[in-house]
Amino acid sequence: MTRRYSALSLFKEGLAGQTGWKQAWRSPEPKPPYDAIVIGGGGHGLATAYYLAKNHNITRVAVLEKGWIGGGNTGRNTTVVRSNYYYPESVDLYGLAHRLYEGLSKDLNYNVMLSQRGMVNLCHSTAEMEIGARTVNAMQINGIDAELFSPEDVRRVAPIYNFSPDARFPVFGGIWQGRAGTARHDAVAWGYARAASRLGVDIIQNCEITDFIIEGGRCRGVQTTRGAIRADRIGMAVAGHSSVLAAKAGFRLPINSYALQACVSEPVKPILDTVVLSPGTGVYVSQSDKGEIVIGGGLDRIPSYAQRGNLPTLETVIAGLLEMFPIFGQLKLMRQWAGIVDVVPDSSPIIGPSPLPNLFLNCGWGTGGFKAIPAGGTLLANLLATGKHNDISRPFDLDRFATGRLIDEAAGSGIAH
Amino acid sequence: MQLFPCPFCGPRDETEFHYGGDAGNVRPDGADVPIDRWAGYLYLRGNPKGTAREIWVHVNCGEFFVMERDTVTHKVLSSAALGGEHAA
Repeated sequence: MTRRYSALSLFKEGLAGQTGWKQAWRSPEPKPPYDAIVIGGGGHGLATAYYLAKNHNITRVAVLEKGWIGGGNTGRNTTVVRSNYYYPESVDLYGLAHRLYEGLSKDLNYNVMLSQRGMVNLCHSTAEMEIGARTVNAMQINGIDAELFSPEDVRRVAPIYNFSPDARFPVFGGIWQGRAGTARHDAVAWGYARAASRLGVDIIQNCEITDFIIEGGRCRGVQTTRGAIRADRIGMAVAGHSSVLAAKAGFRLPINSYALQACVSEPVKPILDTVVLSPGTGVYVSQSDKGEIVIGGGLDRIPSYAQRGNLPTLETVIAGLLEMFPIFGQLKLMRQWAGIVDVVPDSSPIIGPSPLPNLFLNCGWGTGGFKAIPAGGTLLANLLATGKHNDISRPFDLDRFATGRLIDEAAGSGIAH
Repeated sequence: MQLFPCPFCGPRDETEFHYGGDAGNVRPDGADVPIDRWAGYLYLRGNPKGTAREIWVHVNCGEFFVMERDTVTHKVLSSAALGGEHAA
């Protein structure tokens, strides 16, 4: 089994020629019954299993992943961690995730490489500055760190931005969150997998759900490509494929699936040490620890399950990037990819019971699931363990679409939904 | 770059089109429509992986039409003028 990572274990392995490392998590055969099943081995699914074991002492848990863990959106995002949202409900949710991220490396005994390099949302007009001031006020009132940046402040954190007098997107200021930053996305999945496995969770890969087992009107398990697996508490955290599983379970969701693409340049010397988002260009950018410029933008225009993205959107993103940073004009793009995101009309996630009893939902994170992984896991684990909402997850129940209590974070989500 | 077939203008650049939702999602009629029916009409979506029947608008000519499309391969299967109740 895995050992605890420490300076001493690193030193010993150094002396032993790095030959003694064991696999970080077990790969057991699925057992027929479990206390709980989590569908989806991405960040949210693995975190759910970990918190079920850690917070609720439920360790007979299976995580079922159709491909490989962290191979979906967890490995396809742009690694930004932040909590600069507007409404109190969202602040409770993303604030919880942000706080847990800050202690995650220690909690998991796995370095998720959280780098709190700060993030600025740019304002390009007087009107945008007024909205920016309103957002900063809301964040501060809700207890989230925020600062209204002047053009000089922006120049201090991003001197390579296009500040020329004829810039198409001049800087009037920005919204700054100093605790925002990036984390190593694969490490988040691997860290949760290792920590959950140590607590007894079975992580089962190459195991696709083909159907739900429904008896007496309740969900009692799942049929999979590796046989039937039963449990009376089932959570699903499958992002862009939530509608596909919902159809198997007999209900519909307020979700459209879109491709969201990103790309990285060749690695270069350190040149940008913060995260910069421009609502004007619809582009956000940071530099990875390896030196690559990591570039993200808006959704593709066409509902899609194709994990590749289309050319018109990529052109828009790159054009926007070069308006912001002409200096990047000589960079070569190294890779481009897309993940399938589950977009909800109010740009807030859906957490709560599904219309099928015993089946619980964690979906609808749209373009922003990565930053929320620790909170999504905590809340779905709580629902699976208790069958009930807590104060943080309650506002995000599916019933808000019938009651009309939407939490419209189209602006807070950052990228046009 | 993908070409979409407008039933009126023929094959045109994908950037000229806007997605308009599920085909057959008809607005409820009457004064006593139950809440769940309204919520279903306003928010719930089929969102199929594979063949989808969707409403699209060709912005340039302003016509709405029904397009059948594979959401995985992006292959267009059919395209027809909108007829009847949102071409259920």
